[in-house]
Amino acid sequence: MRFVDEFRDADAARALAARIAARCEPGRRYKFMEVCGGHTHTIYKHGIEDYLPEAVTLVHGPGCPVCVIPMGRVDDAVHIARQPDVIMTSFGDMMRVPGGAATFLDAKAQGADIRMVYSPLDALKIARENPDRRVVFMAIGFETTAPSTAVTVLRAAEEGIDNFSVFCNHVLIIPAVKAILDSPDLRLDGFIGPGHVSTIIGCRPYEFIARDYRQPFVVAGFEPLDILHAVDLLLGQLAEGRGEVENQYARVVPWEGNRIAMEVIGTVMRVRPHFEWRGLGFISHSALEMAEEYAAFDAERIFDIPGTRIADPMACQCGEVLKGVLKPWECKVFGTACTPETPIGTCMVSSEGACAAYYNFGRFSRERVREATRA
Amino acid sequence: MTTEKQVLDRIERVRRRRAVVREERITLAHGSGGKATRTLIDAVFLEAFRNPLLAPLEDGATLALDGARAVFTTDAFVVSPLFFPGGDIGDLAVNGTVNDLAVCGARPLYLSAGFILEEGFPVGDLRRIVASMAAAAEAAGVSIVTGDTKVVQRGKADGCYITTAGVGVVERPITPSISAARPGDAVIVSGPIGEHGAAIMLARGELGIEADTVSDTAPLNGLVAELLDALPTQVRTLRDATRGGVATVLNEVAAASGVSVVMDEESVPVQPAVTGMCELLGIDPLYVACEGRLVAVVDGDHAERAVDIMRGHPVGAGAAIIGWVGEDPPGLVLLRTAFGGTRIVDLLVGDPLPRIC
Amino acid sequence: MCLGIPGELVGDVEEHTDLAMVDVSGVRRRINMGLLADDHLKPGDWVLVHVGFALSKISESEAKAVMDMLHGLGQAYTDEIDALKESDIS
Repeated sequence: MRFVDEFRDADAARALAARIAARCEPGRRYKFMEVCGGHTHTIYKHGIEDYLPEAVTLVHGPGCPVCVIPMGRVDDAVHIARQPDVIMTSFGDMMRVPGGAATFLDAKAQGADIRMVYSPLDALKIARENPDRRVVFMAIGFETTAPSTAVTVLRAAEEGIDNFSVFCNHVLIIPAVKAILDSPDLRLDGFIGPGHVSTIIGCRPYEFIARDYRQPFVVAGFEPLDILHAVDLLLGQLAEGRGEVENQYARVVPWEGNRIAMEVIGTVMRVRPHFEWRGLGFISHSALEMAEEYAAFDAERIFDIPGTRIADPMACQCGEVLKGVLKPWECKVFGTACTPETPIGTCMVSSEGACAAYYNFGRFSRERVREATRA
Repeated sequence: MTTEKQVLDRIERVRRRRAVVREERITLAHGSGGKATRTLIDAVFLEAFRNPLLAPLEDGATLALDGARAVFTTDAFVVSPLFFPGGDIGDLAVNGTVNDLAVCGARPLYLSAGFILEEGFPVGDLRRIVASMAAAAEAAGVSIVTGDTKVVQRGKADGCYITTAGVGVVERPITPSISAARPGDAVIVSGPIGEHGAAIMLARGELGIEADTVSDTAPLNGLVAELLDALPTQVRTLRDATRGGVATVLNEVAAASGVSVVMDEESVPVQPAVTGMCELLGIDPLYVACEGRLVAVVDGDHAERAVDIMRGHPVGAGAAIIGWVGEDPPGLVLLRTAFGGTRIVDLLVGDPLPRIC
Repeated sequence: MCLGIPGELVGDVEEHTDLAMVDVSGVRRRINMGLLADDHLKPGDWVLVHVGFALSKISESEAKAVMDMLHGLGQAYTDEIDALKESDIS
């Protein structure tokens, strides 16, 4: 595949790995956070840590939109889905996310009509084809996904489709990064910045990180060479005493982002005063809701929603994992009470959740795996 | 302070604990072939039926009947849509049953067919399905010798379901087994993976995706017979990779044989369109279903020969060595990625779901 | 956080729906191009696809620049390793 295969080249990876190792100052340790769950997935899927020297640790950040959904929101969505005339739609990612009582898969087994879609436009199509049912789209995702939801709502308005609504759970990346930066118990040396969210918001919104926190921030692509390259650039900045926003992913991310996408978000949605993040608690101005003008498409206004609030389970340390304070295996319930089959925390649900990724792909020590896979 | 190693050891202990079904109701994950299915089988079926013939959980049971040995298997088919590029529920049912017998080392002979039909189902469609069953049976050299028909009320089934049973005779002293893989063996797959699953996902039309992918449904008994004729003692394990894909089969082999399996990502054959679909939907082709792909574990010294034999056969033209069997860590499947890294290839909990993140 | 895949535009953008056919390794789907109206897309252009929408137009020159750098690095490294092997006379 073009723009994919060439960024998976093992020869270039070995060369980059050598350069990364050479750039590390003896005795110094480096902790970089990849903000985005997509990067976490790439890191484990391709085994990127095999190329990194001991001195470099990657910390998995909060950028998995499924992992940050609080249990109460899932329960609210299940409540909507159980209305007899409702068809609930969402991405496959949502199906196994635990609420306080049930997952979407459980609710479906108990009779709720819940359908997986590839695109919000597919949810609208279901609404068009089922005029006697109310079709709700459980919208999740960062600014990457919000424009697609917004365009779909605009289309519904244009076509006069009145049985379609959005249960909006879109979240914003900058407040999350800021929460991490302000977290007192965390020491990072730099960030691997989220690539796809930046196609929408551009690179400017990160400039405060360099300015106020003096941290290097490299927006990176999702192929394995992109990630190694980003680590190399981060080490380069540190070696030269710089802390800047750099765009490793310029083939896809324009510095200024996508103007049209930002406009449609602004038209259809507005920033919530505050929103609860799983593990991180309430963060102000950190999520989107439907704008007044589009109230007719707002599931939160249409349905009587219980507004369930469920405290994160005591045993679960998702918050510390999301902030990168704990490695997944350091959580008290990791791998024993909390597994991909019986997830307690959301980090164990999504395949890009830090815990699930570590459990599925990285569970054995690197040395043992390396020894075992030697030809 | 607890170390990473202590935590990981504890996890392995937990993983060996007896399976418990926690859900109060069956979910779709229980039918995926992954961990949820395995738990259901262990905790509900095996628990109730436990006997030495069932316990190994091979694709069929090997029975001693009056001095002769026979393999007995059963299967159920609920594919939707009923007709898809490359086949339909009819030839799928015949090939699936034939393959279960073949990979147990038996020569498939007789099949049964049970039909559960929904009120209102077009007779024309039924004729089409039955005709393709007849053709598939002839191609595989088996006869459908008994059957049953039930009709349920409209809405109680999805058009047509088929259940089968199959009997085959074992004519060799040594038969392949899921628990016979040994360190040093090679792992071979008979062709590109994931084509059936991809074809079905596309044929459902829900994803709005178009591609020229056709199901790989095919009988494997001819291929298996040639392989066992040539390498009667060197073939350790045979499985057909169905739901859950090649990754699931290899996990079963690793667990049953107490070995590790190491796959080499670069050598796993995958058609570009299957790759494209998997990239688009964020799923891993290693877990996508096949219906005519043999996974063979063969003595490492005879692996090239086994591949040559497979390639000489129409359904094995794309055969390739995709990995090898090791000692440590037992029960685990590892992957050397094309990028040069390594990772674990675990059983999935449920079906591979399309993801956006 | 967001799965995005490069695809090639293989048809024209329909005026009313903003949809256009995109090819990902032989797999085709109609994708909404509305967010890239500023880019004046034409068949043969590559875009990043996410949940049925094209989010950005892929720059071939930017891709090439990074690739040339990385592969140059890879080549230099391989040459060095080869040289090392040749110089090993033990």
